[in-house]
Amino acid sequence: MAFHLEFAPVLDLTPELIQATWLTLKLSFSAIVLGSLIGLLATTARSLMPGKFRVFITLYVETIRNTPLLVQLYIIFFGLPVLGIRMPALYAGLLAMVINLGAYSAEIFRAGVESIHRSQVEAGMSLALTRTQVFLHIMLRPAIAKVWPSLASQFILTMLGSSVCSFISVQELSGEAYTIQSLTFRSFEIYIVASVIYLVIALVLKLLLGALGYLLFMLRARSNRVVSTSEGGQA
Amino acid sequence: MSIVTVDNVRKRFGDNEVLKGVSMQVEAGQVVALLGRSGSGKSTLLRCLNGLEVIDEGRIEVAGHAMDYETSRLRELRKDVGIVFQSYNLFPHLSVAQNIMLAPGLVKGVDKSRGRALAAKVLDRIGLLDKLDAYPDNLSGGQQQRVAIARALAMEPRVMLFDEVTSALDPELTEEVLAVIEQLARDGMTMLLVTHEMNFARRVADTIVFMHEGKIWESGEPEAMFTRPQTREFEQFASRNVK
Amino acid sequence: MIHSFNLQDLLFLVRSAGWTLVLTLVATAVGGALALVISVARLSTHTALREATRLYIVVVQGIPVLMVLFLSYYGLAHAGLDLPPIVAASLALSIYVSAYLGDIWRGAIQSVHRQQWEASASLALTRMEQYRYVILPQSVRIALPPTVGFLVQLVKNTSIVSIVSVIELTRAGQLVNNTTFEPFKVFVTVAVIYLIICYPMSRLSRYLEEKSRVYRDR
Repeated sequence: MAFHLEFAPVLDLTPELIQATWLTLKLSFSAIVLGSLIGLLATTARSLMPGKFRVFITLYVETIRNTPLLVQLYIIFFGLPVLGIRMPALYAGLLAMVINLGAYSAEIFRAGVESIHRSQVEAGMSLALTRTQVFLHIMLRPAIAKVWPSLASQFILTMLGSSVCSFISVQELSGEAYTIQSLTFRSFEIYIVASVIYLVIALVLKLLLGALGYLLFMLRARSNRVVSTSEGGQA
Repeated sequence: MSIVTVDNVRKRFGDNEVLKGVSMQVEAGQVVALLGRSGSGKSTLLRCLNGLEVIDEGRIEVAGHAMDYETSRLRELRKDVGIVFQSYNLFPHLSVAQNIMLAPGLVKGVDKSRGRALAAKVLDRIGLLDKLDAYPDNLSGGQQQRVAIARALAMEPRVMLFDEVTSALDPELTEEVLAVIEQLARDGMTMLLVTHEMNFARRVADTIVFMHEGKIWESGEPEAMFTRPQTREFEQFASRNVK
Repeated sequence: MIHSFNLQDLLFLVRSAGWTLVLTLVATAVGGALALVISVARLSTHTALREATRLYIVVVQGIPVLMVLFLSYYGLAHAGLDLPPIVAASLALSIYVSAYLGDIWRGAIQSVHRQQWEASASLALTRMEQYRYVILPQSVRIALPPTVGFLVQLVKNTSIVSIVSVIELTRAGQLVNNTTFEPFKVFVTVAVIYLIICYPMSRLSRYLEEKSRVYRDR
C-alpha cells in the first residue's frame, strides 16, 4: 500500500484556491449576520406577538430544522424557477444558508429567553415596565449571553455548511476543490488541502467568536459546557 | 382615606386556598409588619398588592388605584407601588446606575443625565454612592439588596412592599439593610413588610399583622401584641421566634 | 423518457429513503461503537491518548461532512482499495458520527457528579469498573437527548453522500427530477419525506430533554 502524494499540481493553483476561500468567507460571514438577525427577529416576534404569528414561526423553524440544507438548496435553486423566481447559484446558496441559520438561531435564542428566571421578569414588571420593555431590556441580552457558546457552534456549522453550495457549482472552496480535482486528478491531495483550509477557518472563527463573546458579555471560559440538542450537523 | 385597602380577599393555588377572606386597611405613613409561619399566606398577600398574584375574590385598592389587572391600569398602579424581593432580582447585565435608571427612563421618560442624577441621589440616601457604576456580581448580598431598595425608590412610589428582604442574608449584612428600611420609615414612607426579624418589627412597625392559615389572626400595636398576646397561636409564634 | 411525476416516482423516492435509513443505522452502529471508545479515551489519564483523541474530534468537527466523505472515498482509492460507493459513504458517515457522538458522550460523562467518582473509588473499584457500573449508566440518561438530536442531523447529512452516486433519498430526488423536470414538486416531496422521518425524532429528543431536566432539578 504505497501512499504517493503529489501536492505540487494542486499548489500550482493556489491563486484559485485563495479566491475560492475568500468566497467561502464572504458567503459564511453574510449568512451568519443575516441568519442570526432573522433568528433574533423570529424569537422576538414569537415572544411578543400573539398566537398566529407564533404558529407560523414554529412551522418555519421545525420545517427547516427537519430537512437537509441540500434539499432546501435544491428547492430554492431548481424548484423556485418553476414558480418564476430565478436567481444566480451564489444567491441561491446564500439564501438557503440564511434561511437555514435563521431557523437554528431562532431555536437557540428561544432556549436562552426561556432560561431567564421568572423573578427577573417579575422585577421588571413590578417597576411598571411593559412586557415588550421587559423583553428587550431585561431578557434579551442575558439570554444571548447565555446561549453564546451554542450560537458560536452554530455559526461554525453554518460556515462548514457553505460546502453544499458546491452542489450547485458555486466556486467556493469545495466547488473549487472539485474543479481542481478534475483538472489535476490529484483527488486525495486537493481534499487534504481544502480540509486543512476549512480547519484553519473553523479554528480562527472559534477564537474570534470566543473573543467577541468575552467582549460583549464579559464571558469567562467554560470547560464543562452543558451539552445541547442542537449540536452536530450541517445539513 | 386609607392608602391600602384589602377587602375580603380570597386566593387559591390549585386546590389550596392560601388566603381565606383577608381584610385590612393601611393609612399613609404607616409601617405594617406581616408576621406568620411559612404557608400562612403573608407573602402571597403582599404579592397581591402589586398584582404579581391575582386574587380570586374580594377587592384591593392601593394608592388610589383599584386592582383590576387591566394591563395599562396595572402599570399605573405599579408606578406608585415599589417592591423589594427576597432574592434582590437585580438585572445582572446592567450596572447599579443602569438598574436604577431603567424604569424611570422607560416608564417616566426620564432622560439619561437626569436619570443618572436620580440614581446618584437614591444611592447616596442608602450610602452606596461609590457603587454607581459597579455591577451586581461585584457587590455583597447586603449591598445588592440595598441597591434593590434604591431601584424601587427611584420610581418615587407611595407605598413600598418588602418581601422577606433579609431572609437570604448573613446576619452581619442584615443590619445594614434593616438600617435603610428604618430610615425610610422615619422619612414617612408607607411600608408593608413581610419579615422574620421580630425585634425589628417590634421596634419599627406601627402595626403588627399576624397571619395564620390564610387569615389575619391577630393585629395591633407591637408592644401590646408582644406583651399581651390575644391568641395562643401568636403567643407560640412570638415565643419561638423572638431572640 | 420524460413523464410527469407519478406514483412510481414516489415509490422510488420512498424506497430510496429506505437506503437513507440503512446508511443512518450503519453509521450509528459503527460510529457509535467508535464513539464509546473515543469518549472514554478523551477523558483518559494518558496524555498522549487524550490529546490524540481531542485532535481527532477537532479535525472531524472542523471540516464539512463533504470533506470527510471525499477524504474517505479518495483516501481509500489512493490506498488501492476499490470499494463500492456505499461502503465508502458508510465509512465516512461513521467517522463523522464517531467524532460528534464521542464529544457529546464525553460531555455527558463529565456531567456525572464528581461525588460518584469519589464514592466508587472509595469502594476500591478500578477505573474500568467505575466506568462500567457507576459512571456510564448514569451518563446514558444525560446523553440521551443530545444523542437523539444528533441522529436527526445524521439523517439529514446522509444527503451529502448523494455526490458519490449512492442512491439515497436526495440522489433519488435528482434522478426523478431528471426524468420529470418538475423540480419543485419532486424536491418538496423529498423534503416532506425527510420531515416525516426527522420530525418524530426531534420531538422525541425534546421530550427526553424535558424529562431529564425534571429529573435533575430534584
